[in-house]
Amino acid sequence: MIDVIHIVLFTFLAVIAIAIIRLRDLFAAVMLMGIFSLLSASLFTVMDAVDVAFTEAAVGAGVSTILMLATLSLTHSSESTRYARPRPMALVAVVLTGAALVYATFDMPRYGDPAAPIHHHVADHYIEDTDDEIGVPNMVTAILASYRGYDTWGETAVIFTACVGVMMLLGGARTFYRWRHREEDEPEEAGEAS
Amino acid sequence: MFEGGLYPYWIVIFLMMTGLYVVISRDNLVKKVIGLNIFQVSVIMFYVAMGKVRGGTAPIEAEGFTIYSNPLPHVLMLTAIVVGVATTALALSLVVRINEAYATIEEDEIRELEREEEA
Repeated sequence: MIDVIHIVLFTFLAVIAIAIIRLRDLFAAVMLMGIFSLLSASLFTVMDAVDVAFTEAAVGAGVSTILMLATLSLTHSSESTRYARPRPMALVAVVLTGAALVYATFDMPRYGDPAAPIHHHVADHYIEDTDDEIGVPNMVTAILASYRGYDTWGETAVIFTACVGVMMLLGGARTFYRWRHREEDEPEEAGEAS
Repeated sequence: MFEGGLYPYWIVIFLMMTGLYVVISRDNLVKKVIGLNIFQVSVIMFYVAMGKVRGGTAPIEAEGFTIYSNPLPHVLMLTAIVVGVATTALALSLVVRINEAYATIEEDEIRELEREEEA
């Protein structure tokens, strides 16, 4: 039963990814990207990562889609095909990279293997001791906020930096620049208006 | 069929490569950002797939369960999702600024405009 769910979700994801490549309408591509995020959230649930799933559903499918739609409303909503041409070298590069990655997976432990090294380094300690040491039943929360708290702090720093960047690009600094250069701009704008 | 095989990794690699193809073969900047997003979601899926344990359940302590999937990749990927949205926001605001400066978001048209400006 769980295999059927895997197959259906993976098939949908592959079909949507190919559709995104082929679509020229950016609005449709952004919508498909939202569906892609939501389907991957379902797949994360099947793979036992419930916290990742709801973050992906809220942030990946929600916030990203809104940001992209806002960008489309400020720019253009369809892709120009003026220069569109097949790119054989891109396909070759992608196929070679994919082949190298598939070759690398032969060294990996099988999917779901409980003896894989990833499960026997610090994960054992987290699973056995979080209840005594932290007292939170959800291990993901306990690790995120306590054992790996510095990671989360670094994440906050990254988000802050990105916020500052977005504000510099679209917010106050630009308005200030325009105000400083208003004398040079004004005659030009007046000329356009008349 | 899936548990005990390598198929999930291969499908994830396929998705990753479609994202990479969009990034390198399309000139539209918003399309490139979409491609980057596909790539990022696939990488997250790869990590989560590695954390899955056969017969395990979601890593939330409960009576009657002894086998849990590995919570560590989940934590790392939570961070990655949020950071990914922050970088997407920054990339998209750069796209908006480029559109204001050049009135286009196609990379080859921008390059042509720059060449005309130089000439």
